[in-house]
Amino acid sequence: MSELDVDPELVVDLLTRFLRSEAGKFGFSKMVLGLSGGIDSAVAAALAARAFEPQDVLAVLMPYRTSSPDSERDAEAVVEALGLRSKRVDISALVDGYLDQEQVTDRLRRGNVMARARMIVLYDLSAENGSLVLGTSNKTELLLGYSTQFGDSASALNPLGDLYKHQIYQLARYLDLPANVLDKAPSADLFEGQSDEAELGFSYADADRILVRLVDQRVSPEQLVAEGFDEELVRKLIRRIVGNQYKRVPPIIAKLSERTINQDFRYLRSWGH
Amino acid sequence: MTPMDTLVRLVQIDTTLGNLDANLDTHLRAIEQAVTDGVDVIVFPELSLTGYFLKDQTAEVALSLDSPFLEPLRERSRSISIVAGFVERSRDGRVYNALAFFEEGEILHVHRKVHLVTYGMFEESRDLAPGEEFCLVESKHGRFGFLACEDAWHIDGAYLYFLDGADAIIVCSAGPGRGVTGKTGELSSNRVWRTLQDSFSLLFRTWMLYCNRVGWEDGVVFSGASRVVSPTGEELGEPLGLDPGTLDARLTSAALDHARIQTPLRRDERPWILARELARRVGFELPGEGEAS
Repeated sequence: MSELDVDPELVVDLLTRFLRSEAGKFGFSKMVLGLSGGIDSAVAAALAARAFEPQDVLAVLMPYRTSSPDSERDAEAVVEALGLRSKRVDISALVDGYLDQEQVTDRLRRGNVMARARMIVLYDLSAENGSLVLGTSNKTELLLGYSTQFGDSASALNPLGDLYKHQIYQLARYLDLPANVLDKAPSADLFEGQSDEAELGFSYADADRILVRLVDQRVSPEQLVAEGFDEELVRKLIRRIVGNQYKRVPPIIAKLSERTINQDFRYLRSWGH
Repeated sequence: MTPMDTLVRLVQIDTTLGNLDANLDTHLRAIEQAVTDGVDVIVFPELSLTGYFLKDQTAEVALSLDSPFLEPLRERSRSISIVAGFVERSRDGRVYNALAFFEEGEILHVHRKVHLVTYGMFEESRDLAPGEEFCLVESKHGRFGFLACEDAWHIDGAYLYFLDGADAIIVCSAGPGRGVTGKTGELSSNRVWRTLQDSFSLLFRTWMLYCNRVGWEDGVVFSGASRVVSPTGEELGEPLGLDPGTLDARLTSAALDHARIQTPLRRDERPWILARELARRVGFELPGEGEAS
């Protein structure tokens, strides 16, 4: 048993309560999410399907013309297994309209445009059917900044943001998700054959073990190295955490008045609810 | 003195953040039911009239003790004694995290949270002034000592109530749930709370009445688990879970006598030893805030 292990039954109970309560207080009982065929969105979808009626969860499959067909097949298996409502929106025209016009060839820029195009689709559909956009970013990815700002990181409610990748796998097994979703290598799927772990240069398993000590337990980097963790990896993770802080906070406002939003104008989103 | 035979009801509620009318309504409905059920004392959680993470709302929702808003509770306390949490604005403009005890149509006592919590996710000291006293309440239904959440993480209040001969210590809480690792089937914060309640009950030979709230505020869960522990450290009734609910407990002199005759810790306590030892450490001059080390 790893120190990252959670009690999946307890976590699923809490997260379904979280979704019902935080959506319900604003009058929402429906969710919309992008279903990629990967594990994070599958777990988020399963939680929403438990919190609400499965038919009140709209899973949107948003392939681009270079996306892997396997991803779509895996996403369909999740839709089937959970009994979700689903919709397929091919984002190729939306994305290419801009990429072709601006002659964008850089892979990172292209990937970010796709992620943001999906965000546009989800927010539009949420307005169409009176639902909230469900977030699927986990804690590992948020800390590492392995996401597109205002793209896949955009959502109204995120049930996964305080769970490491290891814990997402635990939930996926508990929630009995299709085997393919559990077994395949994590991928942002912005181009065929993309692999999170190959791009990052380390495995989620190694990262999680260090992140939980650094972030949750506030152990110093020196202590981690003394415990035998790879020094280069520890430094790399810290660089990523610090370097991507900008993705985890709202834009910086120049403070001019006597009272500035989010500085000394402090209210929860639950204000009055 | 008539022997105590008091029916207490803990009411574990969710609140609407900063919406006092909605929260008062929740209180009045629970009170109406409790009166029908013959309850003597009804207890609501910390900041039950306001919600917890108020931030800049703290001062905006603060009430003076003579506020007409509290009149419905004062009025109903002619038929039932009521403990409710709110933000108190004192005459000098300070605001406190307060618990009011309503009885016989008036506010018999206000406990101002002494140990404000300002670490981790909490920032109470930014918005609130700390209370300075632990005063036992002599109610017609018993002698009660009040603690507001973090007050139960320090030993002073409970110890003083023990010296005063409290029948029951009532802990009103807005306690968030944290910690889901391990295979325990419960939040680790709830496990810790239980240990605290059990320990105080055993050390101080009183009922521990723990009334926590439930619900979510911006992703923070309030973890319920309201429960009653007897003066001999036994759990009474079924502790509440994460849903709103009520828990009743009958407090009797017989149970108290039994616990205190069997294990006479109060008889054997010699508080002057503590007083002397404290004096040796901090001197006889009373230290002000921040001076004591």
